[in-house]
Amino acid sequence: MARNGLLIQYEWCTGCHACEVACKQEHNYPAGVCGIKVVEVVNAGQDKVFVDFAPFTTRFCDLCADRTKSGEEPTCVKHCQATCITYGTVAALAKEQEKMPRSSLFAPK
Amino acid sequence: MAKSTDQKILSTLWSAGCGSHGGCGCEIFVKDGKVTRIEGDKNHPWNQGRLCAKGLAITQYIYHKDRVLYPLKRVGERGEGKWQRISWEEAYGTIETRLKDIRAKHGAESVIFCQGTGRDIGGPITFLMYAYGSPNWVQVGLAGHACYTPRLGAMAATLGPSGYCVADCSQFLEERYESKEWTPPKYIIIWAQNFTAGCHDGFYGHWIVDCMKRGTKLISIDPRSTWWTTRSEIHLQNRPGTDGATALGMLNVIINENLYDKKFVEKWCYGFEELRKRVQEYPPEKVEQITGVPAHLLRQAAKLYATSKPSAIQWGEPVDAMPAGSVVSQAITLLWCITGNVDNPGGNVIARNSHGVTTYPFSSAELSELYGVDLVKRLNEKRIGANDYPMIKGFRGWVQPDVLINQMETGKPYPVKGAWIQTSNIIGGQAADPRRHYNAMKKLDFIVCVDLFQTPTTMALADIFLPAVSIAEKESFRTWWQPLGVSVKAIDALGECKSDWEINLEMAKRLATTPIKYNNVRELIDSRLAAGNTNFEKLKAKGGWEFPPKGHPSRPYYRYEKGLLRKDGKPGFETPTGKCELYSKTFEEWGLDPLPYYEEPKESPIATPDLSKKYPFILTTGRRSPVFFHSELRMIPWLRELDPWPVAEINDKAAASLGIENNDWVYVENMHGKIKVKAKVTPTAPANVVTVPHGWWLPETDGKAPNFFSTWDHNVNNLTTMGNQGKSGFGGTNYRSGLCRLVKIQGGKE
Repeated sequence: MARNGLLIQYEWCTGCHACEVACKQEHNYPAGVCGIKVVEVVNAGQDKVFVDFAPFTTRFCDLCADRTKSGEEPTCVKHCQATCITYGTVAALAKEQEKMPRSSLFAPK
Repeated sequence: MAKSTDQKILSTLWSAGCGSHGGCGCEIFVKDGKVTRIEGDKNHPWNQGRLCAKGLAITQYIYHKDRVLYPLKRVGERGEGKWQRISWEEAYGTIETRLKDIRAKHGAESVIFCQGTGRDIGGPITFLMYAYGSPNWVQVGLAGHACYTPRLGAMAATLGPSGYCVADCSQFLEERYESKEWTPPKYIIIWAQNFTAGCHDGFYGHWIVDCMKRGTKLISIDPRSTWWTTRSEIHLQNRPGTDGATALGMLNVIINENLYDKKFVEKWCYGFEELRKRVQEYPPEKVEQITGVPAHLLRQAAKLYATSKPSAIQWGEPVDAMPAGSVVSQAITLLWCITGNVDNPGGNVIARNSHGVTTYPFSSAELSELYGVDLVKRLNEKRIGANDYPMIKGFRGWVQPDVLINQMETGKPYPVKGAWIQTSNIIGGQAADPRRHYNAMKKLDFIVCVDLFQTPTTMALADIFLPAVSIAEKESFRTWWQPLGVSVKAIDALGECKSDWEINLEMAKRLATTPIKYNNVRELIDSRLAAGNTNFEKLKAKGGWEFPPKGHPSRPYYRYEKGLLRKDGKPGFETPTGKCELYSKTFEEWGLDPLPYYEEPKESPIATPDLSKKYPFILTTGRRSPVFFHSELRMIPWLRELDPWPVAEINDKAAASLGIENNDWVYVENMHGKIKVKAKVTPTAPANVVTVPHGWWLPETDGKAPNFFSTWDHNVNNLTTMGNQGKSGFGGTNYRSGLCRLVKIQGGKE
């Protein structure tokens, strides 16, 4: 069976943390556990300071198995306020990624 | 999590209990009478399925163990934390007796009606206040009334009361980004706001990200480096508090280099020559001296903005908080006026309440429509601050908070005896100089607090605590600005909680001097919705929202050409000259300078160099967190985990020179006070600027006096003061441009 994953164009991630709380709600995870996390990445250049955010899946991401079974998208995909997460087969996402700068492909399962 | 059997209710968020200025369409899932989850509604044009961290955590809010579920009365001294559960009948009866007694002895005006940030509360609180007969509606302690009102007032004084503008991100069109009428702004100037951390003033922050994906480029004006400045073509990194000079410098460039929209200015604007003359005082080189923004960058930004039409400006609360906040707002407004970016697709579109329905009456004009000109006029005679400031009297139906604190302390011209405080955390969040407000308010004869949780304010002040419901437990309605929406009750209220509308309607019936015609809340909501030719059930059946029909004055674009802005139906703007007033006749009438000017912060390296030696950092407060809303939500585990402590953002090199490392506890202190926060050492902070988020208290600590949930230790407003208001009564606070120094606390948290 084809492996599924998440393609995240982190260029657009604004660090709003909606994905993390959506994940917590979906799985009712306790404090300290989450299927996705977002970290702030700061680069101090010579004349400019760059602020980005990097979301990454964890071992607790099950790609929202219950949701996707019934044809719904994972909750982080739906609620991402910057609309920068795509769900699909790893093969299809990799193809999409060829045209997508500043992106990461995650295959958590 | 299986949810197929759960019932799904479509609703609109706008309340305490989701923690935002709201607007999002949501799906509330319910099983066995309990909310199991909340999700975004994909069919709602506002958020298109998305939802923020605060909305997604709502179940932890609704079912939190600390929610107050029954009416309480205080049985010990104020602050002792001794409460006794009482019935609603006892609560209502006590309040009725006490407030009638105060009214009989001191007049209705001696009771103030206090709200926090702008949400659905504006409707019910004014309803009760006018029924009781008081004119004193107030955000207590909000120095210089520095939250959106200065901006609204300046826009009203320039473009008329039907001329409030926002950046056009297609939010007024049902088809949104697919609409053929809309075009994305070429540039958006992001003026002092971090949109990723919230949805301020009826504007969903990520709409700008949506525009960027459709080609919009950015210019940022912000002292800090942020996600937005990273993605901006130009970043004007000005000294906090100097935005007025930045705006005047841009006006100077656009006018002197002939980059303004001559056709628009000639046909639709008044006072261009006067403005031209005034801005000669602000050449970019002089502006550089004030703001620290290199003159060539300012020129470049002004040129790009003026020559890339359509472009828009979207601004934040710091503009209000500037010295002379309403004047800074005016200067920025004039940028979109002289470039003709008024009510055009992709410019600064005029924002009007959907269908003409008012849910939250901002202005004197709206209050008069709802409650009658005579009543509003009569009550204005006694409104606190209205007679000191014509702009306060003429524009907005609120009390001037800096005048109020003096009046509470002196009892002049008349004493304040009682307070009705509804979902407002005065001491723990809103008020500048919170200790001064605590000392003044604890002397009042009678105080009612309506809230969902105990807060520093309810613990310190309440005689009666009335428990309010979350958004999932009530019916409400919303326009700010569009669409027209309803909040649908998804579950029964927890415990004995009631909605703000229910509470205020019942109290209004008991206290009104003329009978209240509504039997229940639904009748009241439907009577307000009637202006939009609809009702609650119709909107609910449609999924909870509706945009106005084509041709309606609340729908864009170019309404000044079509005679849709003026009451007389003529083309133009609802101003004294009928034009967009670059020279504001309304400001003139209010005794204010009709043209914009720059004013230096009262405490700054320039204004007070000696103080600056002692307090070398500029302190700017109010930086938003994406997971909290003002002083709310610190008790929600999913959210607190993401932003666990109050922090100060400190420049890395500055921190190193003080021996401060990341996560060290430090004192931030100045001549007004001192608080403890954790250092966030980061190059995103300019070398001499310290940024501290507001509204911090620790709900997990002792709520009783004197601790009040550690508010004195962590609330940065302890470093701010009242009494700095601008000439108009608006702006002029030190929320955004104070001074401070940092002291490392040895051995961590004391």
